[in-house]
Amino acid sequence: MVDERKLREVALTPEEYRVIVEELKRAPNEVELGMLGVLWSEHCSYKSSKALLRRLPSTSPAVIQGPGENAGAVNIGEGWAAVFKIESHNHPSAIEPYQGAATGVGGIIRDVIAMGARPIALLDSLRFGPLPASSHHVEGVVAGIGWYGNCIGIPTVGGEVYFDDCYANNPLVNAMCVGLVRVDRLMRARAEGTGNSLMLVGADTGRDGIHGASFASLELDETSSERRPAVQVGNPFLEKLLLEACMDLAQTDAVVAIQDLGAAGLTSSVAECAGRVPGAGAHIDVARVPRRERGMSPYHVMLSESQERMLVVVERGREAEVETIFDAWDLTSAVIGHVTDDGYLTIVDGSVDVARLPVSLLTDGAPPRRLVGVASEQPPGLDIDALPPLVDAGASLLRLLASPNLSSRRGIFRRYDQMVGDATVIPPGGDAAMLRVKGTRLGLAVTTDCNSRYCYLDPHLGAQLAVAEAARNIVATGAHPLAVTDCLNFANPDRPEVYWEMEETVAGLAHACRALDLPIVSGNVSLYNDSSGESAIYPTPVIGMVGLIHDYGKRLSAGLRSEGDFVLLIGSSHNDLGGTEYLKVEHGYVAGRPPALDLAREKAVNRLVLAAAENGLLHSAHDCAEGGMLVALAECCLLGGVGVRCPAVRPEAPLRMDAAFFGESPSRYVVSLSSRAMPELQSLARRHHVEISLLGLAGGDSIEFEGQFRLSLDEIRQAWEGGLV
Amino acid sequence: MKFGVVVFPGTWSDRDCGWVIDQVLGAELQYLWHKDADLKGSDCVILPGGFAYGDYLRTGAIARFAPVMEKIEEFADRGGLVWGICNGFQILCEAGLLPGALIRNASLEYRCQWTNLAVERTDLQFTSKCTEREVIRVPISHGEGNYFADPATLSRLEQRGQVVFRYCDDTGHVTNNANPNGSMHNIAGIVNARGNVLGMMPHPERCAEAELGGTDGLKLFRSVAESAMKVLVS
Repeated sequence: MVDERKLREVALTPEEYRVIVEELKRAPNEVELGMLGVLWSEHCSYKSSKALLRRLPSTSPAVIQGPGENAGAVNIGEGWAAVFKIESHNHPSAIEPYQGAATGVGGIIRDVIAMGARPIALLDSLRFGPLPASSHHVEGVVAGIGWYGNCIGIPTVGGEVYFDDCYANNPLVNAMCVGLVRVDRLMRARAEGTGNSLMLVGADTGRDGIHGASFASLELDETSSERRPAVQVGNPFLEKLLLEACMDLAQTDAVVAIQDLGAAGLTSSVAECAGRVPGAGAHIDVARVPRRERGMSPYHVMLSESQERMLVVVERGREAEVETIFDAWDLTSAVIGHVTDDGYLTIVDGSVDVARLPVSLLTDGAPPRRLVGVASEQPPGLDIDALPPLVDAGASLLRLLASPNLSSRRGIFRRYDQMVGDATVIPPGGDAAMLRVKGTRLGLAVTTDCNSRYCYLDPHLGAQLAVAEAARNIVATGAHPLAVTDCLNFANPDRPEVYWEMEETVAGLAHACRALDLPIVSGNVSLYNDSSGESAIYPTPVIGMVGLIHDYGKRLSAGLRSEGDFVLLIGSSHNDLGGTEYLKVEHGYVAGRPPALDLAREKAVNRLVLAAAENGLLHSAHDCAEGGMLVALAECCLLGGVGVRCPAVRPEAPLRMDAAFFGESPSRYVVSLSSRAMPELQSLARRHHVEISLLGLAGGDSIEFEGQFRLSLDEIRQAWEGGLV
Repeated sequence: MKFGVVVFPGTWSDRDCGWVIDQVLGAELQYLWHKDADLKGSDCVILPGGFAYGDYLRTGAIARFAPVMEKIEEFADRGGLVWGICNGFQILCEAGLLPGALIRNASLEYRCQWTNLAVERTDLQFTSKCTEREVIRVPISHGEGNYFADPATLSRLEQRGQVVFRYCDDTGHVTNNANPNGSMHNIAGIVNARGNVLGMMPHPERCAEAELGGTDGLKLFRSVAESAMKVLVS
């Protein structure tokens, strides 16, 4: 029997070891044990979450590729497919923020490239502990993301940044990439064709990142910094070469498949590629793998997570054609093996046998973990009647806008190239960003969203709200929500209350996605986001979403445009103060039920906004989210540089004044339009059974609610732009 | 008018420049691969933005040794139009075709944002479609765009009127607040004494269509295209 220490090193349990021996009918050697260890890690095998993930919807008429490939793909018309995926790089970013975040970006870009698509946009969903203690994480992560994206020349157009105590030891870095490919050139990473060559291209293989996938599947503790060698180091210039070479490759028919080398390096990329083709196997000679350093064992070569490498399946006899393309881009490539039909992954080192494992054992053999969920304690309740009344809405607005969760993100996104590619038709800073598809009138709206405070208070409802909010971001640009990629971040699933959160979250996601006709086509699960069993993160299901507008000339942005426009609130407001930013900033706590969501109403409101946008009625649209109506209205003014004059807000009982201004009832938008368009909007609203109410008139350089408060845009801007400094 | 757009392995504004030339302007376009010492008969050579060879040493430091650069130097000597944008400007300085250097932004951070530029020369083939003292809106995107030169060089540039673009506010005033990167004298772009080699940090190829936020960049491309027409006619 192998000793326990060795098992711990490869993050396998004695029970898993027993299964391995039973399946192999022999004990695995050291290399085999290491290979199984990484592929059976939570990060690669999803052994704790697989059963849950099956409950998520993944099909729609537009879906061309659902989960299971390097990225998902949807048909957007005119022969184009949008390819996208979101992925976490939480653990590496906690230990080494700059390289951790940078290589997270690099990894997700390769996933999109592997589908034959040219990446056109990046988004980053980030969560940190409170400032200023977290500033070292913030600075490193933002700089790392900027470095990689700016250097490779893919615009970073969106994302989110939140601060909360629960992320102090476990910051979250989720990166999303969106690409475009002609539908008939979409590639899949399947090792088809016995005898076809396996080529490794890109960076030489070094000892970096060994056991990275296993590391990502453990809780962080005081020894985690010793794992720093498990964090990889990025080279965006090399990835740019890979990107261009792969785009050239995709134009030839000499290439059968491209597979990214990510977590678990060569082991997982070969196994996954073969695993997608029934009966396929692969034969690899590690002696042929170009190396960065001397003295590397086959174990190191198979487990290295050196970045900027791709595995290419090349039609037998056409290797020279492929090599010519790599040579043009000064990339090192080598034939390291070939596809077999024996269902085994066979590793040799020259003439020496190193390892021989069934592909299915590697990719599907990890026994699913049977975990039990137990509802966690009820989070603190909120007695809304005991809440002191709103004193000064204007003063509250300034404090909310200055809070790190709501303040302007300009200081962050101006460090990212948002424009390279000449396609960004809605820049970051509003709701969703939008990229045009050059040569067509199509526009792709992209966003990420999740309010994890809601998820903490009620994971089922919080997950639904995250989907709905992301969809609203898309709709606010005039685009139709199309499909989802999700990054599910949780603490240690071995704790029953955490597994319960996972169950509830997945159920909530499935419910909302079905109701809103949104398939989830790709995604990632990140577990063990807690330190030494304490300070678990809130359940954080980050929703990445892509939407489509057929003519980007009809797109809407959030800022008020014209003096004299009517400013309206679409949707109805309730006493939704639970879990709000107002409650946290003004009263100092996180409590209550998250805002109630009626998905049928949500659909009706979205249909109204899309119809109004399609008919050209609206001048602007903005989703009401954290901070409620008044924060949304202030953002419309700040983004457009136009003020607003409103009659006093006099809510009808039982609606409270604080809820009217700062409540976070979902299914609401602030829109503006010319007075001439009002009758048509009113009749549309009646047809869709949606409440609309006039907030005020656009104009001037202040926000005024008659008799309640008046603030100049300058003061408001100062508060808003000062929040993150 | 034939535009040649140079492609180094780490260039990323090549396709944006190409898009504007080919799709917006409707002029003739060809890409010039860095390994080929051949300008393929280009009338104007553009060195576009990007990280030519990764720029790990110093921006533009390696690119100046590329085979295509030797031809570009000869071409510039003969009076050919050479236009360096962003990384292209850095390369032109490294290659000695323009004086000075681009150092790290004063903020020590990358900056991608819109800037206002005061156009100080309208007699050039690059700017003939601009009006005297016009303020144009053009975005920047760089980490090392802080123009630096020794005092003698700087005063020579000023005396000879070689500063073409200066960061300014939206009314044309050259102020510290309007300077996004700490450039000396708010310099955003300069030309050589002969007037045929232009280097600029801002990206005119990113503002040639209204849907991208502005069309001022197209004026520069038009200027080049039409200057060639004039030469052909005369």
